[in-house]
Amino acid sequence: MATRMLMKGNHAAVYGALLAGCEAYFGYPITPASEIAEGASLLFPKLGRTFIQAESEVGAINMVYGAAGCGKRVLTASSGPGVSLKQEGLSYCAGSALPCVVVDIMRGGPGLGNIGPEQGDYNQVVKGGGHGNYRTIVLAPNSCQEMCDLTMYAFELADRYRNPVFVLTDGVIGQMMEVVELPEPVENLPDKSDWAVMGTAGTRNLINSIYLAHDEMEWWNEQLRKKYELVQQKEVMFEEYMMDDAEYAVIGFGAASRVLRTTVDMARAEGTRLGLFRPITLFPFPKKEIAALPGRGVKGILTVEMNTGQMVDDVNLALCGTDVRSGYYGRYGGNVPSAREVLDRIAELGWRSGS
Amino acid sequence: MSKASKVLRKPSSFMEIYKHKPGPEKDRTHYCPGCGHGIIHKLIAEALEDMEITERTVMISPVGCSVFLYYYFNTGNLQVAHGRAPAVATAASRANPDSVVISYQGDGDLAAIGGNNILQAANRGENIAVVFVNNAIYGMTGGQMAPTTLPGQKTTTSPYGRNPANEGYPLKMVEILNCLDAPTYLARTSLHDVPNMRKTRQAIRKAIQNVKDKKGFSLVEVLSMCPSQWRTDGPAAQKWILEKMIPTFPLGVVRDLSDEREPIARPVPVMEPTEVKRLLGLISDEEVAGASASRDFKRREVAPQHANPSIRVAGFGGQGVLSIGVALANVGMEYGYNVSWLPSYGPEMRGGTANCSVKIQEATVGAVEATEPTVVIAMNRPSMERFEKILVPGGLLIYNSTLIEIEPTRGDISVVAAPITKLADDLGNTKVQSMVAVGAYIGATGLFDLEDVVSMLPRLFPGKKELLDLNERAVRAGYDHVVAAARSRG
Ligand SMILES: Cc1ncc(C[n+]2csc(CCOP(=O)(O)OP(=O)(O)O)c2C)c(N)n1
Repeated sequence: MATRMLMKGNHAAVYGALLAGCEAYFGYPITPASEIAEGASLLFPKLGRTFIQAESEVGAINMVYGAAGCGKRVLTASSGPGVSLKQEGLSYCAGSALPCVVVDIMRGGPGLGNIGPEQGDYNQVVKGGGHGNYRTIVLAPNSCQEMCDLTMYAFELADRYRNPVFVLTDGVIGQMMEVVELPEPVENLPDKSDWAVMGTAGTRNLINSIYLAHDEMEWWNEQLRKKYELVQQKEVMFEEYMMDDAEYAVIGFGAASRVLRTTVDMARAEGTRLGLFRPITLFPFPKKEIAALPGRGVKGILTVEMNTGQMVDDVNLALCGTDVRSGYYGRYGGNVPSAREVLDRIAELGWRSGS
Repeated sequence: MSKASKVLRKPSSFMEIYKHKPGPEKDRTHYCPGCGHGIIHKLIAEALEDMEITERTVMISPVGCSVFLYYYFNTGNLQVAHGRAPAVATAASRANPDSVVISYQGDGDLAAIGGNNILQAANRGENIAVVFVNNAIYGMTGGQMAPTTLPGQKTTTSPYGRNPANEGYPLKMVEILNCLDAPTYLARTSLHDVPNMRKTRQAIRKAIQNVKDKKGFSLVEVLSMCPSQWRTDGPAAQKWILEKMIPTFPLGVVRDLSDEREPIARPVPVMEPTEVKRLLGLISDEEVAGASASRDFKRREVAPQHANPSIRVAGFGGQGVLSIGVALANVGMEYGYNVSWLPSYGPEMRGGTANCSVKIQEATVGAVEATEPTVVIAMNRPSMERFEKILVPGGLLIYNSTLIEIEPTRGDISVVAAPITKLADDLGNTKVQSMVAVGAYIGATGLFDLEDVVSMLPRLFPGKKELLDLNERAVRAGYDHVVAAARSRG
């Protein structure tokens, strides 16, 4: 069986989507996400599914809105500048409670920036990004296997909550290759005939985000708020490495978390009880779990990102009221921190077990 | 008011009561007196009823005065972002090809903010009907200038009259779209009197019929009254269309290819799991299984300095640097190692230098970039100069002595010099230098069995037999050279 393959993270996302029963891809090329569009253009038609290279990211996200509104599992992918353009459409998707999956392979910014790996879209993706009171569920894979698995899972979450779900990672994870074990295709897709517009007598439904009356708009926002609260309660995902006896912890997602795993190994080799805490969901953010770290004996936490410090705000919010030491270290502009420079930073902070 | 605009009997395509409309008046429309939208709605509704397609019609409500289209039509309804109706309609039509998708748009929506979306949907020949209501103004937002506002016309944002020197000329969308190959039907009609309302009725029917018949993109631009924002009354508004708008926006069917066009056939999505796997090549058929699955890749005893390598391969674009890494990672995978491959990507790849990191190890791979490599394979001089420095002490440097005329400088590493490019040239094709390098690497380290690597080649280079043979000879040449050189050194 050729179900184990060495493939790029970007291609793994395409497989994940197809195996999840995604019927349509709409996208506009941008490095370092283009292999998703390319892979989709190759594989979607093989399965009789729809691939359109849209006129722009604005076109693409509105096609996503259309396909989602018509009851289909649908995917788009982009990087920073393109994700900025999608924000209005994403707000419409959230406002109309439409499930869809968006992959963002982050690159250097702001502006045209560069195509190197970065994590500078954290705020625009994790905090809602477009106008109005909404959130997107955000999954942050750090391997090619997770690019497949979490993209698949993103469709499930999107349908469960009728909300856009982001797969957010950086150019490293999109561009690198690893072995991916492809899962079985999804057997049964959810029935959406009670709300979707499917061109039949029984599905003459309405997809809409307009609530003219202020009370109704407030009511709808309240529904959304409750939904996000439920998501926060039920859907937090994270991974720990060497955290059981950790005296110090590093926190990071995406490619940074891969580097940090090596940092942990290096620190442990020197006798420092360092552990890695990796949020897999960025919204919902593992607030409670991070808040609990000091109680588990962690004395210092270093958040490492490939940006000038975005997720660290969420870490600090979670740690508010604890007496743990919290630091930040970042590389950006396309640069990836090396395991050793993070180790050096930890040494500078004087974080060393038994000292 | 003219006869045709009187609502005598409500077509069944309209909602019985406007349940989505807030407030008590659920039997009256939200439109101003004398507005053209209501007439156009009725023409559409009657067409849907007569064609018996109400149940499979999907109406796209735009942003503009007709944003509340969904109050009225007893069809599927998608309310969409300003200007994006054609993109949404595209997806709706693709999602359910049997549905009749109608994109209803104003002039600001279609010709200004959504100008590109309509152009592109038309150019793709999407199977949608577009009803384009040109009232030469932004009705919804209080009478601002539209892209179709006439020169000299006063609006709230052209208080001195539209000045072409500042804001250009009215956009003639039907004529613009008529430059494209794909559209099936393009017409401009008007509501300024009853005969023209009848022509509008015919045109709208034609457009909808085309979509029902899957004949592709059909658009009707309707010159329509906006007495409120034109600050006038109904009859004067109709007169204004006749006297002022029509000279700029000539009426008529500019294209009708309905009879020539074949119905558009969209593929049926394959969703059945086994079929999905078969089509994606995920199910073993003999050939796929043959090469690898039948072969038992047994891990070899490896000298400690060569185990768990962290490899940096570098050279100039065209030397197959990335393929060297991909080949090594693929073989490593077959041995059951954890492997990763990371390219330098983007402009660096084009013309300049390229490099990649490969990890092949027992443990889970953390960092994927080989920042402290145990092996450097340098295919040209700048690569050696750049990466020799970062090799770990005791690491292995394999360099292409054909192109690198200098010696490595470090004394704390082991060095293998191989004329990689020359060995490839001797085989008659410089391109296979990447496989020579692969052979050299396994010759130098013994990490993989030579025959295992050779057995992988059909998968790495599916296709031409001659090329396969050449690549095999290249791997062997690199391997033999390095092994012979080591032997002669004793
Ligand atoms: C992105 C965005 N920009 C601006 C608006 C405000 N807006 C609402 S309707 C409209 C103009 C609509 O004019 P037109 O398409 O001509 O339709 P009409 O109201 O005349 O029927 C504008 C600018 C909006 N809703 N969204």
